[in-house]
Amino acid sequence: MDRVIMIGIASIVGAAFCMAIGAIAPALGEGRAVAQALAAIAQQPDESATISRTLLIGLAMIESIAIYCFVIAIVLIFANPFWNYVIAKAGG
Amino acid sequence: MHLTPDHIVFFRWGVVHLNATILFTWILIALLTTFSWLITRRLAGPEEPRSRWQNAMEVIVETIRGQIRALCPVGADTYLPFVGSLFLFIVSSSLLEIVPGWHAPTASLSTTAALAISVGVAVPVFGVISQGFAAYFRHYLRPTFIMLPFHLMSETSRNLALAVRLFGNIMSGAMIAAMLLAIAPFFFPVPMQILALLTGVIQAYVFAILAMVYIAAAVQRGQEG
Repeated sequence: MDRVIMIGIASIVGAAFCMAIGAIAPALGEGRAVAQALAAIAQQPDESATISRTLLIGLAMIESIAIYCFVIAIVLIFANPFWNYVIAKAGG
Repeated sequence: MHLTPDHIVFFRWGVVHLNATILFTWILIALLTTFSWLITRRLAGPEEPRSRWQNAMEVIVETIRGQIRALCPVGADTYLPFVGSLFLFIVSSSLLEIVPGWHAPTASLSTTAALAISVGVAVPVFGVISQGFAAYFRHYLRPTFIMLPFHLMSETSRNLALAVRLFGNIMSGAMIAAMLLAIAPFFFPVPMQILALLTGVIQAYVFAILAMVYIAAAVQRGQEG
């Protein structure tokens, strides 16, 4: 039973840190990207279509890092393979 | 709580499972095909007045074509069916979330992996068609043959990224709605649902545009030398 609790604690803390740290870096990156794109649009309003399309693609690329962290956190909490393994071993 | 619609199984027959992902994919395919067939059954000529459905269809097709043309000015119509179907499939699967009981098939990693694999197959196919077999695959050896594993790694990881990005975004929308239903029902799930609709449309756009960027990169590599 002790191992199960250890794995539970490690998974929850791991998921929390994964989400927390994994959200900081993409947030900083997206903020920089949006700020630069706004400055570019303010300088060249005619190019706003191209700039916003490129900005959207870039934002999606940056955001996918945060999404990876989110997927890992969700797997750790809801579909943890180690947890399932230990539970199955303890049960059978 | 169901993580993905894969876990909702309607029907078991030996090793064959009919889960919600497959069922809603079929429904979506049937809907898209029926609508397209009904609208394009009687198309008006250039001088005749158009029905409002045909107008709507033309707006959609022209918009997608314009977006493709902005990325790849030569031969945009070659890529229109593939990229347009990807976009329409993903966007309608997200937007049908407003129908109660609908599970978006793109909330399952199997569907998004299938879409990403079809992009991964389409990119070399379009590249080979435009440049020829040897010319296309020679770029894997540029600048030296040492770069071969890195080229392969980059192609694999960008297709993996396509699949996981779409899956994560759509799945997170459904999951946040389910969590808020348990914590604070009635009001708070609604704005998050609206946000999920917006995310779904943006992700569909991003998926189609990224597929087009990869195809354009594979096609234009040969034209520039």
